[in-house]
Amino acid sequence: MAKKERPISPHLQIYAWGGHMALSIFHRASGIALGAGTLLLIWWLGSLAMGEESYILFQTYMSSIYGKIVLFAFTTALMLHMCNGIRHLFWDAGKGFDLDATRRSNYLIFAGTVIFTAAIWLLGLGLIGGLS
Amino acid sequence: MGKMQTPLGKVRGLGSAKNGTHHWWMQKVTAVALIPLTIWFVASLVQLTSSDYEAAFMWVAYPLNAILMILFISTGVYHLKLGIQVVVEDYIHVEMTKVTLQMIVTFGCAALGLTGVLAILKIAL
Repeated sequence: MAKKERPISPHLQIYAWGGHMALSIFHRASGIALGAGTLLLIWWLGSLAMGEESYILFQTYMSSIYGKIVLFAFTTALMLHMCNGIRHLFWDAGKGFDLDATRRSNYLIFAGTVIFTAAIWLLGLGLIGGLS
Repeated sequence: MGKMQTPLGKVRGLGSAKNGTHHWWMQKVTAVALIPLTIWFVASLVQLTSSDYEAAFMWVAYPLNAILMILFISTGVYHLKLGIQVVVEDYIHVEMTKVTLQMIVTFGCAALGLTGVLAILKIAL
């Protein structure tokens, strides 16, 4: 292949950042993070299958402050990836593809991620009762 | 574009990667399946947070939960494999490294999924 220096088209650093660009890379980052989250999920199921002792060990790790931070990041990544993924499905159907609709859905995705994550943790920690 | 293709290539519609829209389509099918499964799973976990070993075990052992968990895990690792595959394709341009990583991703996702399913079956059966 020719090694001669050729002019190249402007790349990422030339454009003003927008919500859609942030969400695009967040989608990929959260997807990778969810791969790590899947390991946790398998660990949970595995410890449950192996008996009470290993399950208690899992619970001890997860209820520590570091465990809670990891679980919180897992929840946030999951909600972001799901909300943005739903937008991708709309885009695939040819809907909401123009700039105005994209700006509106940016806000919906960010708000959805925050609200769902907060709701899960408030309910999970029993702060707003009901389920637990 | 059309004139550059042979009639057979046009009919097959598989493009240069010889795979057509299969990757994209499976990513969409698994994505759609994962939306209700994720909502169900998260809602269930919220209720399980303060439960002990016995309660968590009984939850997975309940047949409907076991079925949905197997669907969630298998669909999830398939979706994960498709996603990580594209990340590797986008960023790794050294052929040998790329091929090796793709295999590791495939083996890893299969092993992960199988481990999860075996754990569920061991609990449920």
